[in-house]
Amino acid sequence: MDVEILSRIQFAFTVSFHYIYPPLSIGLGVMLVLMEGAYLKTGDKIYETMTRFWIKVFALIFGIGVATGIVMEFEFGTNWATYSRYVGDIFGSALAAEGIFAFALESGFLGLLLFGWNRVTPKVHFFATIMVALGSMFSAIWIVVANSWQQTPSGFHLVGNGLKVRAEITDFWAMVFNPSSMDRLSHVLVGSLLAGSFLVLSVHAYYLLKNRYVELSKKAFKIALVVASVAGISQLLTGHNSAEGVSKNQPAKLAAFEGHYDSMKAADMFLLGYVDMNKQKAYGLKIPGGLSFLLHQNFTAPVKGLNAFAINDRPKPINAIFQTYHLMVIIGMTIIGLTLFSLFLWWRGKLFSYKWLMVVFSFSVILPQLANQLGWFSAEMGRQPWVVYGLLRTSDALSKAVKANQVIFSLVLFTFIYTLLFSLFIYLLNKKIHHGFEVDVVESIPEYSKRNIAILN
Amino acid sequence: MHNILGLDYPTLWFLVIGAVFTGYAILDGFDLGAGALHLFFKKEESRRVALNAIGPVWDGNEVWLVIGGGALFAGFPEVYATMFSAFYIPFMLFLTVLIFRAIAIEFRSKEKMLWWRKTWDIIYSVSSILIAVLLGVVLGNVMQGIPIDKDFEYQGGFFNLLNPYAIITGITTLALFMMHGATYLIMKTENRLHTKLRLLAKNTSRFFVISYVTLTMATLIYLPQAAEKFRLHPYLFLLPLFTILTIINTRRLLEKGVYFKAFISSALTSALLLITVTVNLFPNIVLSTINPAYNITIYNGASSEKSLGIMLTIAAIGVPLVAAYTTFVFWTFRGKVKLDETSY
Ligand code: HDD
Ligand code: HEM
Ligand code: HEM
Repeated sequence: MDVEILSRIQFAFTVSFHYIYPPLSIGLGVMLVLMEGAYLKTGDKIYETMTRFWIKVFALIFGIGVATGIVMEFEFGTNWATYSRYVGDIFGSALAAEGIFAFALESGFLGLLLFGWNRVTPKVHFFATIMVALGSMFSAIWIVVANSWQQTPSGFHLVGNGLKVRAEITDFWAMVFNPSSMDRLSHVLVGSLLAGSFLVLSVHAYYLLKNRYVELSKKAFKIALVVASVAGISQLLTGHNSAEGVSKNQPAKLAAFEGHYDSMKAADMFLLGYVDMNKQKAYGLKIPGGLSFLLHQNFTAPVKGLNAFAINDRPKPINAIFQTYHLMVIIGMTIIGLTLFSLFLWWRGKLFSYKWLMVVFSFSVILPQLANQLGWFSAEMGRQPWVVYGLLRTSDALSKAVKANQVIFSLVLFTFIYTLLFSLFIYLLNKKIHHGFEVDVVESIPEYSKRNIAILN
Repeated sequence: MHNILGLDYPTLWFLVIGAVFTGYAILDGFDLGAGALHLFFKKEESRRVALNAIGPVWDGNEVWLVIGGGALFAGFPEVYATMFSAFYIPFMLFLTVLIFRAIAIEFRSKEKMLWWRKTWDIIYSVSSILIAVLLGVVLGNVMQGIPIDKDFEYQGGFFNLLNPYAIITGITTLALFMMHGATYLIMKTENRLHTKLRLLAKNTSRFFVISYVTLTMATLIYLPQAAEKFRLHPYLFLLPLFTILTIINTRRLLEKGVYFKAFISSALTSALLLITVTVNLFPNIVLSTINPAYNITIYNGASSEKSLGIMLTIAAIGVPLVAAYTTFVFWTFRGKVKLDETSY
């Protein structure tokens, strides 16, 4: 295998692993603000217990997020030196802003959050919680801006020639507000809210099933359900905005999303299906002309297909892009369905009446996690073969000084470390959940309910 | 070219990055040092106290490294790209130990089993030591220069990087951090642990002085260009002189029992060392051992003026903010460590 493919595998692997954690921290950060806010407002101890428990979980997640994030920070230099030279002028400022505005904020206040309970007043503690939540959101801002610039570059000009070409910034705000950054930022942030709220939903659904901490869990579940419902619908809207942006700025990517080859024809929109890459055709359950309609409000308008692009200027694994994209959308719809249905039950006073629903929720944490990963895979694979869209090819972006065996070494190393990290994470999270809340609030459970699940009352 | 106070943007940004890495050496320096000393503490209680002394702040300290990396990428992309691809393997090892250290701190107290805690204690301490040494090895290579060609591409192999001079710098860095860590822990501890640390502080500062003197001699032998710079500007000899004075001063203050001042004095030692390095390099950042014409300087390695100007603005807004809340956090956790239910 050559350096290019190895470096791509390594980048995809390390960033995907990193991306398990940040959405959880960002989403959980918001949940903590709501929980602690409820405590300050009502003075009800139950919210304090809830907050303290989730802060411990937060710390676990955050710790691994930081450890894996540092790898990302340096990987541009180690594996993508040419790319780093090319974009440093632009990309660097976003990364530096991230460090100074975001990471310093979260890591600074995290100490107070974890160890400050007995040192500062509840209000100051609450302030620290807000700062940590804000800090984690800021980190999403800068890194997504940098990534969006790669997707839709703007606010720059090219200088130098030959090997020494590089992009230099001409307009900072045009770089920050490049055509895709705000659509994608909102989509990423809402996706993080989903990740965080579903973690809370899952754990409390599990406690309800096990009949533990019933009163507390019901309260936490409701807070999380509200967040998840709002986020679910917003995700459809922000995703739709992204899709419109992609159709304008990266038409080859959109064609890949829908497996659409032939430019002359009206484009269908698939709900489910597959792409036969030899026959250059997509099959499956579809809305005929749906894509044409969404883009041009006309079911028969032609949409640019993949064949309109030179074979070297379009992504290769069309079926994979098609699948990752559609799975994300399906999961999004599932989330919307699930949350709206639960809201309806809540309104009828029956939210906690069905055991199966709690079973579904206790596994539901996987949904936003999967959708987040799938979304990035479709967005990034769809960007190929460009690292900087239309300007710099992935194959030209590598480090010339790095040899294949070095990358193999690091890839094996990271596989080993991340496997270990992930096992430890699951082990400790599981332990934390089983251990549950501090004893003083454990509610006495009436004898009968050991057989009769309390949530059925 | 734009300038502020007579300094052009690349020079200013070079100073900013120098300041960030100095901040990193001072802040993460003491918690890495505390980690390097960890196995000297034998009792479980002592180990927990030592760990919780850095508990609320180590993560914030490490962020300075991330900011430094970002600042380098932003201001001198050529340096970022050249250095990290040249030091590929050492950096991967560095990242590995950084990860292990972070999770060791996080995980060690999460289980009661003796083997669990012992294992994580060893991982924690060994990785702290390795981080310090690897940082020093990189610094040593930066001082000597590395084989880069006219496109700033690295032409050497892994073992070029492990040369005697780099190893001496690695050991000196370790000694510096250990001394600094001991001074910090003295400030945060009481009773028997405190007494033990005072002994450790004495020994580590001996260790540091020996390695520092060795390093200085090695510099005169291996780095004639550095010696040359000192000959041309004799007032630069004040830097090593002050370095030695701060060490003596730290010892004096520790004897007197004014621990906070001793800590500041020890921080000054780190700062002076990095200032010495910076002065030595300027205006180069990466020296080429193939041909001095291929050196990456603050001019041929820098981002555009526009970009540097934007980042100076970002730094001017960001740094005071970070300084303010870092101070607030340190102030909140001032005084001796007390273990409670939220501790590690
Ligand atoms: C600001 C930059 C940036 C950001 C925020 C992300 N990526 Fe990315 N990604 C890149 C910058 C980048 C890159 C450096 O530009 C890569 C490396 C090779 C390439 O073609 O693009 C890349 C490739 C890349 C690939 C491989 C695509 C391929 O080789 O076919 C995957 C699967 C991801 N990324 C996934 C992610 C995930 C899960 C992210 C969420 C955190 C993410 N990326 C954020
Ligand atoms: C390739 C791109 C990325 C790089 C280079 C990167 C870099 C980093 C670094 C260096 C850290 C550790 C900071 C510290 O020391 O505190 C970190 C943590 C973090 N990153 Fe990333 N990151 C990337 C992608 C993302 C994305 C896409 C998001 C959000 C949508 C994100 C959000 C976060 C958050 C919230 C943290 C704090 C730790 C946590 O909450 O898990 N990062 N990242
Ligand atoms: C509900 C229907 C959804 C639609 C229509 C939709 C649409 C899109 C589109 C068009 C993109 C590509 C943007 C680009 O390449 O610039 C994208 C990316 C992405 N999606 Fe979705 N999405 C949906 C649901 C979800 C859900 C539920 C999640 C996660 C919880 C999610 C997470 C992501 C992520 C993380 C990315 C990559 C970042 C980005 O490019 O914005 N999406 N989505």
